[in-house]
Amino acid sequence: MLYIKCPFCGDRDETEYHYGGEAHIARPENPDELTDAEWAEYVFMRTNTKGVHRERWVHSDGCRRWFNVARNTVTNEIVSVYKTGEKPDLPEASTSKPAPAKKTSAKKKEGA
Amino acid sequence: MTEQFRTTQGSRVDRSKAINFTFNGKNYKGVEGDTLASALIANGVHLVGRSFKTHRPRGILTCGSEEPNAIIQLETGPRSEPNLRATQVELYEGLSAKSVNCWPSVNFDIAAVNAIAGRIFVAGFYYKTFMKPSSLWMTVWEPAIRRMAGLGVLPREKDPDTYDHMNEFCEVMVVGSGPAGLSAALAAGRTGARVVLCDEHPEFGGTLLNTKEIIDGKPAQEWVKTAVAELEAMDNVRLLKRANAFGYYDHNYITVHERRTDHFGPGAKPELTRQRIWHFRSKQVVLATGSHERPLVFADNDRPGTMLAAAGQTYANRYGALPGRRGVVFTNNDSAYSVAIDLVDAGMDIPTVVDLREVVDGDLPNTARKKGIEVITGSGIVATLGRKRVKGVEIATVSSDGSQVTGTKRKIDCDTILSSGGWSPAVHLFSQSIGKLRYDEEKVCFVPNVSSQNERTVGACKGSFDLQSALDEGAAAGAAAAKDTGFGKGKAPASPKALVVEEKPIKAYWVVPTDHPVGQGKRKHFVDFQHDVTAADIMLAAREGMHSVEHMKRYTTTGMATDQGKLSNVNGLAILSSQLEKAIPKVGTTTFRPPYTPVNFGALAGRGINGDLADPVRRTPMYSWHLENGATFEPVGQWQRAWYYPKAGEDMHAAVTRETAALRDGVGILDASTLGKIDIQGKDAAKFLNLIYTNAWLKLPVGMCRYGFMLKEDGMVFDDGVTSRLGENHFHMTTTTGGAAGVLDWLEEYLQTEWPDLEVYCTSVTEEWSTLSIGGPKARQLLEELAPDMDFSNENFPFMAWRDGVVAGVDARVFRISFTGDLSYEINVRNWHGLHLWKKCMELGEKYDITPYGTETMHVLRAEKGFVIVGQETDGTQTPQDLGMDWIVAKKKGDFVGRRSFIREDTARADRKQLVGLMTDNPKEVLTEGAQLTYERVNPTPAPMVGHVTSSYWSPNLDHSIAMALVKDGHNRMGQWIYAHDRGKVTKVKIVSPVFYDPKGERRDG
Ligand SMILES: [Zn+2]
Repeated sequence: MLYIKCPFCGDRDETEYHYGGEAHIARPENPDELTDAEWAEYVFMRTNTKGVHRERWVHSDGCRRWFNVARNTVTNEIVSVYKTGEKPDLPEASTSKPAPAKKTSAKKKEGA
Repeated sequence: MTEQFRTTQGSRVDRSKAINFTFNGKNYKGVEGDTLASALIANGVHLVGRSFKTHRPRGILTCGSEEPNAIIQLETGPRSEPNLRATQVELYEGLSAKSVNCWPSVNFDIAAVNAIAGRIFVAGFYYKTFMKPSSLWMTVWEPAIRRMAGLGVLPREKDPDTYDHMNEFCEVMVVGSGPAGLSAALAAGRTGARVVLCDEHPEFGGTLLNTKEIIDGKPAQEWVKTAVAELEAMDNVRLLKRANAFGYYDHNYITVHERRTDHFGPGAKPELTRQRIWHFRSKQVVLATGSHERPLVFADNDRPGTMLAAAGQTYANRYGALPGRRGVVFTNNDSAYSVAIDLVDAGMDIPTVVDLREVVDGDLPNTARKKGIEVITGSGIVATLGRKRVKGVEIATVSSDGSQVTGTKRKIDCDTILSSGGWSPAVHLFSQSIGKLRYDEEKVCFVPNVSSQNERTVGACKGSFDLQSALDEGAAAGAAAAKDTGFGKGKAPASPKALVVEEKPIKAYWVVPTDHPVGQGKRKHFVDFQHDVTAADIMLAAREGMHSVEHMKRYTTTGMATDQGKLSNVNGLAILSSQLEKAIPKVGTTTFRPPYTPVNFGALAGRGINGDLADPVRRTPMYSWHLENGATFEPVGQWQRAWYYPKAGEDMHAAVTRETAALRDGVGILDASTLGKIDIQGKDAAKFLNLIYTNAWLKLPVGMCRYGFMLKEDGMVFDDGVTSRLGENHFHMTTTTGGAAGVLDWLEEYLQTEWPDLEVYCTSVTEEWSTLSIGGPKARQLLEELAPDMDFSNENFPFMAWRDGVVAGVDARVFRISFTGDLSYEINVRNWHGLHLWKKCMELGEKYDITPYGTETMHVLRAEKGFVIVGQETDGTQTPQDLGMDWIVAKKKGDFVGRRSFIREDTARADRKQLVGLMTDNPKEVLTEGAQLTYERVNPTPAPMVGHVTSSYWSPNLDHSIAMALVKDGHNRMGQWIYAHDRGKVTKVKIVSPVFYDPKGERRDG
């Protein structure tokens, strides 16, 4: 279970929130001017990020405010939380850094 | 004769305190400090169960939670508990236990079963033996396996104990209280940080309680005592013993299962909760979970009397219980020599250590040699003798690559085999935390490599098997973890000095050969003891194409028993990798998932197991009246709604018939308070409603109401309800009972993220108002009596209008809306007036025979009128047009949510599934909701399904069954006959308009 820092209330358990899907997908201003494919892109298509993903959450059982979370989908590390309307550059996820190379012996494996 | 194998040693038991217990119907004596397993061993009892598939006799293999064989049912009656590990059950006076895997009894051999079972249970047996004919599965195979396997029995009675949950925060959580864990807790605790130390055992100290290690020149257990005393004196440290950290979830959320009273015996401490689940959020975590010894895989390595080497050492050192009289130690590493030495010191005869390594010259082996123990190198146990107890072993030199026996066999008599195949760090929690593992070729095990969370792994769990490293790493990690949370300077306190004997390298040796190639002949090399998986099974799986470890695991069921393969995973993986001729890291490892060891349901449920606390229950202010007047209730989400009000002798059918008639002929009253209500204010409120509803709202006059549909952007109906204009910039929205919270979130989503420039405020007011719906031809007369100052004439209070007024002496909003088709008023009063108003309605309505009705009658009445219920007629794939409600979609108002999707090719298709009514040929036949529909009576396979029945009722007013359905191209097929299918029964039905009753709407005005 995630532990998410609401920008308005502070750290709370995931159970207080609802997930709102990928962030920064604005509703088109003039849907009528879009082709079916363009409209479908807005309604249905989402990235399937492996790594840091910007997404929306709402603090349903708290302040009821929507906000954005940047979360590493591999480790669930939250690298940033920010308000609607903002889009800060993100720090690198600390847990997605490659491990320092560790030398292992090339000794031939023995046994059956 | 009792406790023939109890010695005068045993550091953690009190021999002066005898405890009586029963196992498989026989009485025994143990002592205080024993586990059930150690007491059985002290009594010479090793045969404790039967194997899952082949019914072979099995003995106690380990001394901890990784035990695969000694699985027992503890006690009988309501407190009985299946599938406990005898190695963890602490002895108490009067304990009674029996083996679970032993039909008909642990000592009774069933030769026939064994012979058949051996052939049935090959690798992939679930997919081969039982597939055809499939009819045999439920009737023959499943009961037979269940009985043979005897997987324990759940008590039938209600659990008499209580359980609870605790939520807690800390800076540093330390899991495991061996040398590494204690050091970490001390270092972190001394900084003043909030520290939690938990351990699954009844005492802190880990392996230091099992061995004879020396710290600072004194027995290590003295250091343990001092360390625990210091921790106990710290107010900032919480110590939890008998507490198993079983889950490591995201963001350092760790769940711990604490057994608080089990060691006193069942029901002995009624004032305490029996078990507790702790939910910790820790800023930093130190994993000091130790390691598990791996069994060697050799021919017939499952005879009772075969034990892991360190387990034998523990039984002797800690409990003063000798595993046997004469034992052979079998190893591929140095650690087993300390076992041989300790067992000799404890009085056991250890004539021989058989070592797979060709050169054995470490300090420990040399010490063993000095004690007169013969060390036979380059050799293995190639056969074992005995059936219900080991009687001897056959040893011989074996080739270094494991392919064959190279020398002549020599027999050694013994009653115990102590095997050590090396050590596997207990990386389960680390792995659960999504940490990445690395295979260490030198240590022959998987070790933690990359952390995914704020976590540090120390000691044996990191592959640092020597005592000094454990102490040093623990202290460093404890101090560093505390510093990361703002406590201390991160400098580790000086560690005490351990006496470390250097060990020579282990030799990887995965399957020890025997006379025949593995898999041929009768000898079996067991890998997974609990699920009876052999090396031959894994080899067969590899030959049959199971090249992924995840496939092999499922095909052979390796590691899928309740022990989760703590002993078998690495051996199984290594055997697979040898078969595939790939290096172990290339084959990978399986994922460990919670729980680390089984957790009982009572603990997981907590106090919620006692019914009322399982989930919040929402009741309206009139609930008590419904209850007193015999209502039956229907849960709608968390709400308890009155379902129907049976009078004496009435069943549901009779009650609903009476209730529906009353509403159509007289006056009925419904508690509609659960409807979702949202107060919407702000200068852009009307503009906002215009965007989120399909119809037009800007020109709705104050004092009027409108029914609306909300869509998602894909054009599909999402919720519905009536919204009323209270003022120029003030609306009262209603939603479905179940959809209220979702609608509010959704409104806020658009307001906050898409249109933040709109000035609109939404507030949930569902609980602020009690809603009474009064309907029927006599409703107006009753309202006029209830509210003499209000004008209820059609002219001044028309349909879809609302009025402020005083009703039954209290302020009210009255809405003239109808979900039944008849004249109807919904009265909203402040919730604390709800019961008063209800009673007043019943009192004044008595002369009209006012009839309270519930949700069932409401459903019938609305279905007679063809009114949809979102979530019943819809499932998120219906447009308003599909529901035949094109009239609710504004054509000229411009954009609204979902509108653009109407002209998408699929949404605009003419032959979509559409809402229609269905009439059965036989008026008495009521269709089953969910019945599938076809155009033809006889269909090819698979049949072309064209829809399903969404609602179906008996309509007393029409004296005919009615149904609503979604039918492909239904709107173009009015009058056609189609077919409804219900588990083989076919019913001919006619497509009709869904408005069955009063199609012209003449009853609306009374
Ligand atoms: Zn908040």
